[in-house]
Amino acid sequence: MARMKFLCDAERCIDCNACVTACKNENEVPWGINRRRVVTINDGKPGERSVSMACMHCTDPPCASVCPVSCFYVTVDHVVLHSKDLCIGCGYCFYACPFGAPQYPKVGNFGSRGKMDKCTYCAGGPETDGSPEEFAKYGANRLAAGKLPLCAEMCSTKSLLAGDGEIIAEIYKDRVRKRGYGTGAWGWTTAYHEGIKV
Amino acid sequence: MTSLLGFMRFLFGALAICALAVLVTPIHAEPQVPPVNPQASAISEQSLLQQAPRIEGRIDIPNETASVLMQPDGRVWRYFHEVLLHWTGAILILGTIALLAIAYFVVGRLRISAGRSGIKVLRFSSFERFSHWLTATCFVLLGLTGLNITFGKLLLLPLIGPEAFSTFSEGAKYVHNFVSFPFVLGLVLIITIWMKDNVLRKVDVVWLKEGGGFIPSKHPTAGRFNAGEKLVFWLALGAGAAVSVSGYLLLFPFYVTDIFGMQIAQGVHAVIAVLFIALIIGHIYIGTLGMEGAFEAMGTGSVDLNWAKEHHGLWLEEEIAKGRAKLPAPATPAE
Repeated sequence: MARMKFLCDAERCIDCNACVTACKNENEVPWGINRRRVVTINDGKPGERSVSMACMHCTDPPCASVCPVSCFYVTVDHVVLHSKDLCIGCGYCFYACPFGAPQYPKVGNFGSRGKMDKCTYCAGGPETDGSPEEFAKYGANRLAAGKLPLCAEMCSTKSLLAGDGEIIAEIYKDRVRKRGYGTGAWGWTTAYHEGIKV
Repeated sequence: MTSLLGFMRFLFGALAICALAVLVTPIHAEPQVPPVNPQASAISEQSLLQQAPRIEGRIDIPNETASVLMQPDGRVWRYFHEVLLHWTGAILILGTIALLAIAYFVVGRLRISAGRSGIKVLRFSSFERFSHWLTATCFVLLGLTGLNITFGKLLLLPLIGPEAFSTFSEGAKYVHNFVSFPFVLGLVLIITIWMKDNVLRKVDVVWLKEGGGFIPSKHPTAGRFNAGEKLVFWLALGAGAAVSVSGYLLLFPFYVTDIFGMQIAQGVHAVIAVLFIALIIGHIYIGTLGMEGAFEAMGTGSVDLNWAKEHHGLWLEEEIAKGRAKLPAPATPAE
């Protein structure tokens, strides 16, 4: 089985936010929620870099271990998913997540948290693959249909890569070897306990 | 032959170098431009994380909390929540219960030495009892629902299954959120009505030195509240304030603080709450099982005269002086 990962090549990201838009549209993500976002570091200064970030589907995911109702599960492709039927909207996964992935609709009391929503790696949820119930709660299940997450598929500069960790790491290494530079795979050390050595 | 070959090789080599030189040398000599290194000032994840525990930047979407790109300390918070909190919480709460069980079996129930007199003295007015029980009910609800968030998945989830546990926990979350308001009201009432009686006095030091009434032979006197009660009062006040402030930071997430503040708020809330629960378990023990005649003070509001004499002598004298309590008339000897 593949070990699915995301990789954002910051040397290629142009902060166009197409990944954010593609994700919102493909998954019909509710208003106010962004499963993916682009953060620009050192904005306007020399060496500025933009990084597209969503759930990294961590090895040993912290969200899953802090969840008070154990609503997370990890698929065979190591995609970290959760059940909105079980989620109670406590917000703990956000405190534990190194990447700020969990999002909450402001429907709870005091306008705070409803059931958590996050990147599913376009792999839906616990419901039957491709069912309307699954789509309503979690959005598209492209993975079951043999397709990769739309954010990465849409990326115009191919900065955002999705797929088996070893394959996308090889693509990245190849790029770095050819062009001669690279700031590394952002978030990999935190998410997967290993970076990419070129 | 070899010398001829060598000469030919030299000749071709020289020609090739000349040709290259012609190709490479620009026709018009221009000032040398240093090669551009796009990596020269590039920021790297590693250097950013060495400078600060979080990487933040600018974001296009209107969600300020999303501008934190990375906070690897989430895993540290996970360690606190899943390891440190579970162990300290379990040890503190079970340890307190174990100590009280030992106290019960070794010291036993503290009796009224002189026996019951049958005369009642009013100790707590109905408003005082209302304030106490309002806070107490809220505390029990908040404590149980709070413990469920930390320990429920270990204790309750395996028993009732994920669906039932989730439904229960969601309800428990709402109870926890809403009951916080009457709890704070109760705290404010308690502070207002009992603050003046809980100021520490000299007699409290004596009370502590004489073993706080736990030694059956000794009955150190005390005012309306003894040093033990005063300690519970001030600790409850401090802990109540700490859990309230941290709790409202959690209830209104990110209104006041950032992700680091939220993690700290949760840590403070959990640790103080566990200590608070341990304190209140002790408070409940001494008010019910641990001492004869204590519960009725908060139950009916009135205590036995002999109980008051033994535990709150100074207070009883004041009450008598004010005419609120009467000593029994000395028994006239039968003739």
